Amino acid sequence: MGKGTVAQMTDKSESNPLENMDPAIIRGLAMPRMTRRGFLGLAGAGMLGAIAAACGSSSTSTSTATGGSFSWATAKKAGVLDFANWPLYIDQNTVNGKTVYPTLQQFTKETGIKVNYQEVIQGNSSFFGKIEPELKAGKSTGYDLMVITDGPVLTQLMMYGWLTPLDHSYLPNFAKYAGANVKSPSYDPGNKYTLAWQSGFTGIGYNPELTGGDITSLASLFDPKFAGKVGMLAAVDTPNLVMIYQGVDPNKSGPSDWKKAAALMQDQKSKGIVRKYYQQNYINALENGDIAISVAYSGDIYQANQSSKGANLKFVVPSEGVFRWTDNMCIPAHSLHPVDAITYMNYVYNPRVAATMAEYIDYMTPVPSSKNYVIQDANASSGSNKAGLLAMADSPLVYPTAADFAHAYYGPALDPTAYQTWNSIFQPIFQS
Amino acid sequence: MTITAAETPVPAAAGRTPVHPAVRRRMLKKRFTLVGLLIPGGAWLALFFVAPILTLVILSLSTGNVGLGWHLTYTWSNFTQSITSYKAEFLHSFEFGTAATVVALLVSYPAAYWIAFYGGQKKTTYLLIVLLPFYVSQLIRTISWQFILADQGIFLGPLKALHLMPQNFHILATPWAVIGGLTYAQIPYMLLPIFAALERIDRSFIEASKDLYATKWETVRRVVLPLSTPGIFAGVLLVFISATGDYVNEVILGGTGTGVIGNIINSQFFVNMNYPFAAALSLVLMVALLIIVIVYSKSLGTEDLMGGGTY
Repeated sequence: MGKGTVAQMTDKSESNPLENMDPAIIRGLAMPRMTRRGFLGLAGAGMLGAIAAACGSSSTSTSTATGGSFSWATAKKAGVLDFANWPLYIDQNTVNGKTVYPTLQQFTKETGIKVNYQEVIQGNSSFFGKIEPELKAGKSTGYDLMVITDGPVLTQLMMYGWLTPLDHSYLPNFAKYAGANVKSPSYDPGNKYTLAWQSGFTGIGYNPELTGGDITSLASLFDPKFAGKVGMLAAVDTPNLVMIYQGVDPNKSGPSDWKKAAALMQDQKSKGIVRKYYQQNYINALENGDIAISVAYSGDIYQANQSSKGANLKFVVPSEGVFRWTDNMCIPAHSLHPVDAITYMNYVYNPRVAATMAEYIDYMTPVPSSKNYVIQDANASSGSNKAGLLAMADSPLVYPTAADFAHAYYGPALDPTAYQTWNSIFQPIFQS
Repeated sequence: MTITAAETPVPAAAGRTPVHPAVRRRMLKKRFTLVGLLIPGGAWLALFFVAPILTLVILSLSTGNVGLGWHLTYTWSNFTQSITSYKAEFLHSFEFGTAATVVALLVSYPAAYWIAFYGGQKKTTYLLIVLLPFYVSQLIRTISWQFILADQGIFLGPLKALHLMPQNFHILATPWAVIGGLTYAQIPYMLLPIFAALERIDRSFIEASKDLYATKWETVRRVVLPLSTPGIFAGVLLVFISATGDYVNEVILGGTGTGVIGNIINSQFFVNMNYPFAAALSLVLMVALLIIVIVYSKSLGTEDLMGGGTY
């Protein structure tokens, strides 16, 4: 199947106006989630869930939902796995007009576990709003595996005991093949609850025609030259990036750092530099020329360049550093098929599988040794396929080196109390 | 109202002659039928209006967090904080809502008037044209405005190329874009009730007004306009309430300094997960709207208007 997807990808890049961009960058930049863009459509549905949640919970006392009497020792394989993921976030192929997921098919073939794959997550908070009533009530969410970004939602899931602790004896592939940078991350020491699915960067996206040159530094976001043409995202990413600009490691930051970042953002806003705090659609604004430069998710830029003709946006990892996030596989408490879920978690750390997924997703893969298989696939193909795969294997955005990570920072974990402080500092800036 | 109407014949009949058991049965049956007819609507209201509102009230007075649940502690601070922290956003909502209502009225009335009086055989066609864009999702239509009004878009781009306006002029990310978007989204809700009211006007009144030497303008002002107030009343109500609570237009077309309360409520629910505060904000908005609507109804004397039987 590797060939199929590769052919598809190269077809795209041949017909796309980005040929002049470094193919390694293009391949490496893919972050094909609709994430923050799906926000509005979801809000209504989520609202009902939240209200229902609030209804059901007003009388609940304390949560003891740690999975009750669950123990890995007695858990058995069920042959079914209900997997909740973000849209366009796994290798896929079209066969006879139907979408199929080759690595999932392979998994079923090897283990006999049928995967019910659902692309239901369009935002961490909105998905959390949907599953939270069940978790609080001590019931199954209907999912055995879900992908959640490091940050306040993941912190809450861990805090309230709403995730099933992992038994690493099921995860030999993780021990053997996981990259050093996804082992024991700051938000989940010892990978007690989570394993990385993919990681990505939040940096600067810009429209070179409007900036009149290359952008290299976060300072450009505050440059009066671009007054009224700067986009900021109304998301945790923005304050984190501002702290990086101020020389603060956001992962170790506290309220005083947050206030300092807020002061700079307030100043930037009152000088009229910020056009808008985008909740979604900042990509359209970049394409339409409403803004010249914006805080951006690398993959959004890639996707924009692929999907609309004539778009020539650029993404840059700023010289001061870049904000890094990781989407994590985790098993919700009261999962009905935990053994099937953890079997799958182990499966995706097989370098051959990780390579196939990386070739499609173009993310930062958590399995560095999958690179060898990408090179192997490249050597087995020819022409532009080969060039594309080789370039991908070289891309620092898919296979970053230790040096690349030296300036990539995670955000703070933000437990509910800290998150409230955080919001009380930054939301007035985003919202008014 | 309906129940008392049903009851009236009973004592009236009882006053004259003793009621025959068969008649009484029939009357009881009639009463039960009426009660029965009220059940679906009543249950609907109880389930989808009263219960959620009560939940909202209880929630707004609670404390706690998502993990541990919410406890009713009769904490009123959410309400005081709602008003002190978000006065600007409440004001924006009401300003944008009012502006959109006024503009929608000014645009819709002449259009409805023209369709009702000069539409002839093609009235339904014209109405369909008004409604046609609304078969497309509101989100998509609003995002389309983003493209139309873009700084270098099909509208501003050529004007800037011809140097008819400054290069940094923009409509998006200003209050005007938000008001424009709201107005556009609400026009059918204004136009249709007004059209219905105009359509109902007995044309002989207009002839009579002409016979009495009224000018065209006087006929409009003193005959047509007063007779169409029920339509205006309904349209203004529909548009004002939904435009004030709307936040989609602000998110898509607004910029810095255009924050509206709907957006704050949304992020209190989904970003902060502070359900009590979000509930309090929603209730404050609801009560404020209710007060405005009551004052508005009283001042327009809706008792007469809603009765509809004044002419």
